[in-house]
Amino acid sequence: MPISLDNNMMRQIIMDHYSNPINKHQPKDDGFAKVHMHSDNCIDDLDIFLKVNNDVVVDACFDGVACTISTASTDIMCDLLKGKTKNEALYMIEQYHHMMHEENFDADVLEEAIVFINTSKQAARIRCATIGWNAADNILKEKK
Amino acid sequence: MYDIKNIRSLFPMLKNKKMQGKNLVFLDNASTTFKPQSVIDAVVNYYSNETSNSHRGDYDLCYNMDVKINDVRNNVANFVKCNPNEVVFTSGDTMSLNTIAYGYGLKFLKPGDEIILTEAEHASNMLPWFKVAKITGAKIVYIELDENLKITVENFKKVISKNTKIVSIAHIGNILGYINPIEEIAAICHSFGAILVLDGAQSVPHIETNFKKWDVDFLTFSGHKMCGPTGIGCLIGKYELLIKMDSFITGGGMNVTFDKNGHVEELLPPAKFEAGTLDLAGISGLNEAINLLTSIGMDEISKHDKELHDYAVKKLENNPNIIIYNKDTDTGILTFNVKGVFPQDEATLLNSKGIAVRSGQHCAKAFTKLCENNATVRMSTYLYTSIEDIDAFVDALINGGDILDAYFA
Ligand SMILES: Cc1ncc(COP(=O)(O)O)c(C=O)c1O
Repeated sequence: MPISLDNNMMRQIIMDHYSNPINKHQPKDDGFAKVHMHSDNCIDDLDIFLKVNNDVVVDACFDGVACTISTASTDIMCDLLKGKTKNEALYMIEQYHHMMHEENFDADVLEEAIVFINTSKQAARIRCATIGWNAADNILKEKK
Repeated sequence: MYDIKNIRSLFPMLKNKKMQGKNLVFLDNASTTFKPQSVIDAVVNYYSNETSNSHRGDYDLCYNMDVKINDVRNNVANFVKCNPNEVVFTSGDTMSLNTIAYGYGLKFLKPGDEIILTEAEHASNMLPWFKVAKITGAKIVYIELDENLKITVENFKKVISKNTKIVSIAHIGNILGYINPIEEIAAICHSFGAILVLDGAQSVPHIETNFKKWDVDFLTFSGHKMCGPTGIGCLIGKYELLIKMDSFITGGGMNVTFDKNGHVEELLPPAKFEAGTLDLAGISGLNEAINLLTSIGMDEISKHDKELHDYAVKKLENNPNIIIYNKDTDTGILTFNVKGVFPQDEATLLNSKGIAVRSGQHCAKAFTKLCENNATVRMSTYLYTSIEDIDAFVDALINGGDILDAYFA
């Protein structure tokens, strides 16, 4: 995904994932690992579900109460996780965190998640933009 | 006349401070407040010129510190209208409430006794009571709030009984800012043999306090919410109750003698509750904060808060997108939501314009009646807040754009 996405496109992507988060639902079958996340400075109170088979994330979804930023960022993350190996997934999450904190990061693996590049402008909201990503990180590291 | 220009000139935080590259507009005064130069100087002066411990040495510096603490205790006593020996220095409101819960509640509550709270209390006036209730077998009972989410004397009468031993409520709630009918509640408490603990965190900084006249049993507050330093606050207690109850924190400075068999003879109050080295710089700063508040006048300060609140209401109430939850509050707290916008998103948007407000559940998470998800945006004023601050806030609310502007502007 090119960094040259302009601001309007980035806004549109965030709004689309917020208004219509296709991954926001309970798991549709068994075999999902779940982590509950709760924010102490935002409304966010959600469950993240990952299904990992033979080292590959085969499905991801989330549910609960979440703000604009956490909904969109978690929804995008679920899209990106599907089909990745655990190591690829963990690498992507690590790069996302680098982006959050204005460190050097590998933009290629972040694809659509690049739309959150400006989160550090509103540092109080980094927690919202990473809550789902931290949950996935916990699940993947637990299962390693 | 209220000389806002002069008052603002006393505060370094009001001089050319920026947030997000914009002029800082601070409207989160229920959370904490700015310090005037006099308070900052008093703190620095302790470290630069007056450093010593209290009641621990035979030399002049230490003696002077003792005199100072005594003076500040008198100043606090005058300010809240109690006796100086009823003023205990603590690290803040939370510590004061814990001291009462553990020092009084734990000692006197029995299984079946009741503690009355409201669902609108701050966590600091709930969690200590939860613990103490669990240990003693006492029960927590809530006053039902009326449809405007106010405490009424009628609803209070419905829950108080001969089982009630402690009633603990905020004088001014930190979410909606209503001033509760404390004198009537105190009288009813006493007619049932219960004591009244008044959480003054939001009231002592904003309205005139009269501990004696109101006949409350305990009063708590924090220095940092009244232009004083962080880390200092007070517990005010009727002297006979301070004598009766246990100390909570023990150690140096609160005992007369002790032996290795565990026999301890404690000092009389207030020293009994002041174990360890006090926040002496904080006490020095608190003194100057009280001096500032007194020189402006508490009635003037409350009037100023209310005028700003009412001005904001007038500007916002006809806007169909803004839901105000406390139009008729007599204090400077305005609690609202913007339709279809998460409170945190609204606060982020205001942040991007240099405006500081608080969003969320305001530490009163048990308070679920207010609105969906129980979260709101709160703006709160203080003695240095100007009409221009409110104008900037209103303008940002009405013309501020949407949440993503905060990221992409
Ligand atoms: C009503 C009320 N009680 C207690 C507290 C706790 O005060 P502190 O954190 O200074 O101990 C606050 C602070 O927000 C408050 O508003």
